[in-house]
Formats: sequence, structure tokens, C-alpha cells
Amino acid sequence: MTAPLGGGDGLGRVEIPTPPPARRRGSSWLATVLPALLLGAVLIGVWYLCTYVVLDPRRRFLLPPPHDVVRVGFFDSENLGEMLDGLYWSARVALIGLAISIVLGMTIAILMSQTVVIERATYPFLVMLQAIPILAIVPLISFWFGTGENARLIVCVIISLFPIIVNTLFGLQSADPAMHDLFTLEHASRATRLRKLMLPAGLPAIFAGLRIAAGLSVIGAIVGDFFFGRGKPGIGQLLKRYANQLESEQLLAAVIVACMLGVAVFLFFGWVQARAIGKWYEAGTAR
Amino acid sequence: MVGPALTFDGIGMTFPDGTRAIAEVSFSLDRREFVTIVGPSGCGKSTLLRIAAGLLEPTAGTVEIDREQLGYVFQDPTLLPWRTVRQNVELLAELRGKGRQERARLAQDAIDLVGLTGFEGHYPKSLSGGMRMRCSLARTLALRPPVFLFDEPFGAVDEITREHLNEQTLALFETEGFAALFITHSIAEAVFMSTRVIVMSPRPGRVVAEFAVPFDYPRSPELRFDPDFALLSGDISKALRGGNG
Repeated sequence: MTAPLGGGDGLGRVEIPTPPPARRRGSSWLATVLPALLLGAVLIGVWYLCTYVVLDPRRRFLLPPPHDVVRVGFFDSENLGEMLDGLYWSARVALIGLAISIVLGMTIAILMSQTVVIERATYPFLVMLQAIPILAIVPLISFWFGTGENARLIVCVIISLFPIIVNTLFGLQSADPAMHDLFTLEHASRATRLRKLMLPAGLPAIFAGLRIAAGLSVIGAIVGDFFFGRGKPGIGQLLKRYANQLESEQLLAAVIVACMLGVAVFLFFGWVQARAIGKWYEAGTAR
Repeated sequence: MVGPALTFDGIGMTFPDGTRAIAEVSFSLDRREFVTIVGPSGCGKSTLLRIAAGLLEPTAGTVEIDREQLGYVFQDPTLLPWRTVRQNVELLAELRGKGRQERARLAQDAIDLVGLTGFEGHYPKSLSGGMRMRCSLARTLALRPPVFLFDEPFGAVDEITREHLNEQTLALFETEGFAALFITHSIAEAVFMSTRVIVMSPRPGRVVAEFAVPFDYPRSPELRFDPDFALLSGDISKALRGGNG
């Protein structure tokens, strides 16, 4: 897209190019959502098919039909109350854990970006942290920290910290070398360079990390709750109990709730990202 | 009267990996002079400019230059994409700790000079390649440095845009009266812009020829089709190829 340059006089004014039209609501919005809605309808159809055609009636409890899941899981006030309480405790752990991960992860990444020695010293251990099977570490954490909220938060942080560090570091290091030259020529201090160049340049990658970590923090909250199995019952404990008691309607409803929590956090950060960098960031173009 | 704006004295540059980029370069740039360096790629032109700006330390020789009074125009626009045109043009004044009002005034002047008036609130992503380059020019211009270093600034834009940018840069050169050291591999660009053209040899770079350009300013776009223009371009081209051995 080349805007016309002023003709002839060299310093001529330029015509204002029409900005791309704002995304039209209505038809194009529907066109965006429709394919997913259709696929969703197909999947529910397959679900019904499995329940009523594939499964023998005596084994139908293995996959109750969607309307039973909704009726028992969400319209039975006792079950719903239990589910909402579980959602509250799990969401609380996920969000606090995520907040800790963000602060801790970004701090570590900033330190790593400032000093190569710190980066070289910490990186292998961060990879190890990431590689630890969470199933192996959960019993250890309950030995050391009990099964309360703190222990859950630790599980949550261990799971969600790594993508934040890696993406933030990648983002901080993504500024163009020529831009660094520009700051060097003006004798910019480390702090100025970090604040005015590296952090803003890193925002797209940082948000990518946040969205990954947000999903993981929900998983972390539920896994911790599931394995500790004590204390305030979150979604993890509900899943375990429903599974043990073969309450498949509630089990599926709890899975849906857990999934919705992850989706909500993911969408929230997508929204924050659009607000923060949508105006200037264009995926796939440098500079 | 003050001395030259910039003096290279016996500059040599060998990189730590043993690459000898510049053999020996000495020349100076007078105030209000427009000197262009042409040379094959890899002849150390950009290296020379980075040495002048203090981004690199030469392994031999000295540079005399007032680095506080220096404007550097990069090969790419290198605009900060999260800043609007105005905020980009304000950047250098901001890094030098100038106050908000002064920044705004300096930026507006520079934006007007390059013809980006009306685009102050645009982000780089909505500008064309030529407009981005002019924004980059305005950023350097904002502090009104008396010496400009141009590192092959218009290499990435199309021919027509490049000629427009050449004419705009020359117009600024005439009105602002800065000294310019300009790097390019386009002979036509060199002849059109400069008071003097310096030809460098392939790596390791050294000055192989120097041409005074006799045309008066202001130069009209038609100058490019003048027979004398073609003759001089031919001579420079010959010198360039001679350097190739």
C-alpha cells in the first residue's frame, strides 16, 4: 500500500489514506462465529448419537445425554451450589497463582535480560522446573507445605511460571538492533532502554505467554485440588468424588465448568491484549 | 571559522573475527557539504558511518566529530511501532530530557518539514514505506543536528518514492544547512544529491576516487537526464569497477 506522495514540489502534502474500515458488525461477525457454532452443533449431535445409538441402554450411564448433564449439573440447585463453590475456590487459587507467576516470572525474565550471567545460570534450572512431572511433585509439596491454599498455589505457580519467563525474555530480546543503536546514540540508561524500548517491544510476546500461563494456572489449580483431596473442595475434588460415585452427569458438568473457567481467563487476557497493543501491533510485520 | 564537521584520519577497522573491513580511510566533511560514499556491498561504508557515530571503535586512526551534534538516519525507518508519528519524532528530544512543550514544538516543526502534517496520530503500521522513511527523517531532524549521517536510508523503497525522498532531503539540506555524509550504492542518487562523491574499493575498503559534483543547488529532478549528469555517473561507475580489479 503506497500512499501517493505529494506531486512535484518535493515537500508536498500527502493525501490522507482512508483507514481500513472498522470491522463490520452483523454479517461478518456472524460469518466469524457461524463455523464454530455449526461444528459445536455437530459435536453435540455426535454426543447424542453415542448416547442413544452406540451405547447399550444398560451402559448409558457412561455418557448421559447433554440435556441430562445440564439438568442434573446446572439446574439442580444443590448440585449447582456445590459446583459454584468449587468454581470459586478453584478460580481463586488459579487467579492468585497466576498473579504470583506474572510478578515472579516477569521479574526473573527482566533480570535475565539485563545480565547474561543470570540468564546462563538460571535457564537450565527453569527448563528442569518445566520438565518435572507435576504428578511427582504434588506428593512432595503436600509433605512440605500441607494441603492448604499455599500448597495449591505452589502447584499452580510451578505449572504456569515457565511460559511467562520464556515469553517475556524472548519479547525483551526482540527489539531490533537498529533501535538499540538509536538508544545507544542518545546514551540512554539501562532503565530507560528497558522501559521505553525492551518492554514495549516485548508486549506481544509477553501477552502470548500470559494467555498460555492463564490456561495452565487453571489446570494447576484443579490438579492440586484433585491430588490433595482435602481442604476447601474445588473443582478438582468434585471431579474426583463424582468419578468415584459414578455420577457421570455431575462429572461432565464439572468438566464443562473447569473448561469454561480456562476459556474465561484466556479470553480475558485476549481482551486486555487487544486493548493494550491492538492499536499498533500487526502480527507478522516488523518495525 | 570553525573546522570541518567531521574528519576521518587514517581509519582502519579489523573485526575480532579477523575480517578486515576498512584498510585506510582519510577525508573530511566540511560544514554545509553533502558528501556521498559509494562502493560495492561489503566495502565497509556502513562500518565507517558507525565508527563516525561512535557505535564502533576503529582499530586504527581517529575521528574528529562532535557527537552531541549528530543526527543518524538508519537503513530502515526503525520507528517504534507502539508510538504514533508524533511520539516517534519526539523520541530523541525525550531521551535528552527536554520538556513536554519543547518536545511538541520540535516534533511539529520536523513533521511539517517532511510533509507529514495531518499524520501525527498515525501508527507506523498505517503508513506507507515512503512515509515511514520520512517520519524517520523527521525524528532525526527534530533536534536540528548540524551533521547528518545517512546509512543507505532509501535502499528499501521503490524507485519513484526514492527519487521523491532524494528531492525532499535535498530541499531540507538547502533550507537547514546541515552537513551530510550519505551512503548509497546508487550512483544516480549519489550524483543527484552530493557536492562530492567518494568511491570506495571492495573490502578492505579504501578511498579509490573522489569526484566534485559541479551542479548548483537547488537541483531540479530533470537534472537526472542532463548529459553532464550521465557523463559524471559514467566516470564514477568506471572508478567503481576499477576498484573491483
